[in-house]
Amino acid sequence: MIPDDDVILDIQGLGKRYRDGLVALRGVDLSIRRGEIFALLGPNGAGKTTLISVVCGLVNASAGTVRVDGFDIVRDFRQTRARIGLVPQELAVDAFETVRATVAFSRGLMGRPPDPGHVERVLRQLSLWDKRDAQVRTLSGGMKRRVLIAKALAHEPSLLFLDEPTAGVDVELRHDMWAMVRGLRERGTTVVLTTHYIEEAEEMADRIGVMRRGELVVVEETASLMRRLGSRQLTVVMQSPLPALPPALADLPLSLSEDGSTLTYSFDAQAQSSGIADLLRRLAGQGIDVRDLHTSETSLEDIFVGLVREAAA
Amino acid sequence: MNRHAIAAIYRFEMARTFRTLMQSIASPVLQTTLYFVVFGAAIGARMGEVDGVSYGAFIIPGLIMLSLLSESIGNASFGIYLPKWSGTLYQVLSAPVSWIEVVIGYVGAAASKSILLGLLILATARLFVPYEIAHPLWMIAFLVLTAVSFSLFGFILGLWADNFEQLQVVPLMVVTPLTFLGGAFYSISMLPPVWQTITLFNPVVYLVSGFRWSFYGISDVNVVVSLAAIVGFLAACLLLVWWIFRTGWRLRP
Repeated sequence: MIPDDDVILDIQGLGKRYRDGLVALRGVDLSIRRGEIFALLGPNGAGKTTLISVVCGLVNASAGTVRVDGFDIVRDFRQTRARIGLVPQELAVDAFETVRATVAFSRGLMGRPPDPGHVERVLRQLSLWDKRDAQVRTLSGGMKRRVLIAKALAHEPSLLFLDEPTAGVDVELRHDMWAMVRGLRERGTTVVLTTHYIEEAEEMADRIGVMRRGELVVVEETASLMRRLGSRQLTVVMQSPLPALPPALADLPLSLSEDGSTLTYSFDAQAQSSGIADLLRRLAGQGIDVRDLHTSETSLEDIFVGLVREAAA
Repeated sequence: MNRHAIAAIYRFEMARTFRTLMQSIASPVLQTTLYFVVFGAAIGARMGEVDGVSYGAFIIPGLIMLSLLSESIGNASFGIYLPKWSGTLYQVLSAPVSWIEVVIGYVGAAASKSILLGLLILATARLFVPYEIAHPLWMIAFLVLTAVSFSLFGFILGLWADNFEQLQVVPLMVVTPLTFLGGAFYSISMLPPVWQTITLFNPVVYLVSGFRWSFYGISDVNVVVSLAAIVGFLAACLLLVWWIFRTGWRLRP
């Protein structure tokens, strides 16, 4: 249990059924700690965007409660929304406004008095200062994405949502974005981002939540989740089948296939030593001839399936 | 009340107006000027007085109303439809604002523009036709009330519309006929008795009549009825907008 003061976002039993019958969220419970970077991971249609949209006030929930900084998002919407910044997935921009005007507009809309100094800082931080007087429609896709981030930061939010910030973004912007998010965390901003890239979640997040079909199936510290996800298998095809696993190899994480023709060895890809060399020496020592070898890593889909099974068990 | 948000929306909308100055101000003024030249100066010279007022002067209030209605609806519906269409409305929906701030910002800007336009047309008319304003304060009151209530109506239209065609169809197919048949160019006493009765179901008749009264002290219907009609329409629109934001109709899935 996290102490109440440390929770900036508290979601209880959140459900959403759209009018067409689609159930996007099924009883989601989630607490986000103040100052953390939290990644919501999941395939398309898992409910990540709906979850964010409910918190930000874009979609009405069908069930459950959401509190931001202790305020209810329906009853105290003015308090909650003033604290939240949202970078949407779609590149929706005011095409004919200048960069500076559109960022200043966002600040006002969120209820803050004009502050050209802050707007300038945000624009400089996102390398947009040189483009401050350009109309937004003249910018490239990557620059428009930066404008959306600048707009979301214009009112100095304490909770920032980034909905697939790096989808279709070049490498340079991706790294800038990661640096920016770390910078925000240093200043105490809580960041919730969605992604379908495991690497991105691993690179950025303190904790990861995995969503599948409207449910939050796992919430875990990034390091421990990555250890679980980091396992790989080495498949060893032997010249002749074995009736049983030799007792001399019982200390190894090995399993024998039913027909006795292949051995499967599990190892941690991120560990210093995989133990493969040692395994092969010991197989030779037992007089087992190897015909073929291949390694496989668990795919994202497998991981989701695995996590769902675990959650159900 | 989030006054910074109201200011932000209002400034945003007014900036859009001034960016498209030709289209939003100059062309309606030009159009109305053409009406004055054709109906006021050319045809009007051959027409007798209506209720003791020269025809050129008689049509001024009606022509201003005509522009005021179509521009108020057009500005306000486009102002809210555009962000809905481009997807930028998410900002407003996720902002710490209630329907009141959104309406004051968007409808206030659309109405300001219409009022400015009405006054410009009034000034332009002076170049062609001499006229007097008997009740200037009432004239301003009718101008403001009409601009606000029809901007509100346009705002609802913009929220309702799902595509550009729907956005155009109501002004073209409903509002334009009603304004032309609303007594802008004639006094309803000039109509056959049956049409005089039918015409009383046209809400625009009350607007034009009340506005004309503020100029010349003459009216087709009692000025109090005119005032009540427009205030009633304003109240109905406000109620509808309140309901839309309360239920999230066409705004929040």
